[in-house]
Amino acid sequence: GEAGAARREQRSGRARRSLGAMKLNERSLVCYATCDSPADNAGFLSKKGERNTAYHRRWFVLKGNMLFYFEERESREPVGVIILEGCTVELCEAAEEFAFAIKFDCAKARTYVLAAESQAAMESWVKSLSRASFDYMRLVVKELEKQLEEMQRGLAGSRSVQRRSPIYRKTKPALCVNPTSPALGLPPPRERAAAPPCAPLKENGCAVWNNAPCVDTLPAGDGPRGLADSGSGKPPPLPPRRRTSSGNTCGTGALLADSPVCPGTVCFSKLHDWYGREITELRREWQESHKL
Amino acid sequence: MRYSERELLSLSRQPAEKAAEILMRAPKKGSVLKKRLVKLVVNFLFYFRTDEAEPIGALLLEHCKINKEEENVFSISFIEEPDRKYSFECDTEAQCQEWIEALRRASYEFMRRSLIFYRNEIQKMTGKDPLEQYGISEEARFQLGTRKL
Repeated sequence: GEAGAARREQRSGRARRSLGAMKLNERSLVCYATCDSPADNAGFLSKKGERNTAYHRRWFVLKGNMLFYFEERESREPVGVIILEGCTVELCEAAEEFAFAIKFDCAKARTYVLAAESQAAMESWVKSLSRASFDYMRLVVKELEKQLEEMQRGLAGSRSVQRRSPIYRKTKPALCVNPTSPALGLPPPRERAAAPPCAPLKENGCAVWNNAPCVDTLPAGDGPRGLADSGSGKPPPLPPRRRTSSGNTCGTGALLADSPVCPGTVCFSKLHDWYGREITELRREWQESHKL
Repeated sequence: MRYSERELLSLSRQPAEKAAEILMRAPKKGSVLKKRLVKLVVNFLFYFRTDEAEPIGALLLEHCKINKEEENVFSISFIEEPDRKYSFECDTEAQCQEWIEALRRASYEFMRRSLIFYRNEIQKMTGKDPLEQYGISEEARFQLGTRKL
């Protein structure tokens, strides 16, 4: 049949397989979508059709890096899923109000245009979607793991660490978030975390996965200028971020007992204030806490 | 259920956490062991024919169990169908253990629990929430307790 022909073509060395041939554990995905594990966001959004411009209202459920959408809230199975890795989330001009787009970097990739039902809902979705990737999660975990290790080392050893605040970082531990405020005038700094170098990998001569060696250090901060550091010669810290308000309520289940390992060394890029607050305001806050 | 194969394909080309040639057997009855190139990228396990650039398939590693089977062998099953197993036979027991460890840590849910663990530990030590610095303390995905939406 067709699948067989495609496979025969493959064996002759051609790289491209016909679309629709890749298997996915769909049944498991459906279960993941519909089981009662907590969602990271859920609500109605209107989704613009791929070919025609009509919007269809769907019930969206975000779990981890998977954005499922259902025809109705009560539907037993999602109509589809969007895999949120390597995408940017941006506000966009559209026929509908409160619209935003999920864009992918790969060739001929589809852009998903979605519209929320209020400004607040739109902001909530853009925030949760732009931080939905596994990569982002890994970045945050790695950062916290480092902080904890440093603290534990600091306790174990007798060296005194000069800190203005307990969670004080000399370098800039900014996390990758796609800025959505046009007011900032900044391009989306979407950066994929590079994977760690592994032990000799098998390559099949066709699939390309370059295990790019990753920089294991954080980029130097470019915090507020003119503010002296504690004299250690290191760059000034990133001003502490203002708390952003968010509508989402809490939590997830059990604490993990064993120590998690997140084997990524990742690159940090600047965290942009989603609401586009003025840098001066942040500096002011920092300067104040600096005095403490 | 609709999904974008392009997105998956693109993902399959990203740098891998782990990759190796491993003998793999599908859950279907009567399946035989076949040599596959198995590649772990984020919470997906892709598998390729050893001479092909594009994966034949992908497994989303959420709500799954990684089981140690006999020597050199591990399997992946999903909680809704625990008897349906994808079987993998490694070259060595050491390789088998490495994969089991890597796959158990590969889920988004594992990552989330790790984050909450670290956040909690740091908070206990310092009295401060380490996520405040990034303005993400209120994010639903980082919360402890029951989430209701």
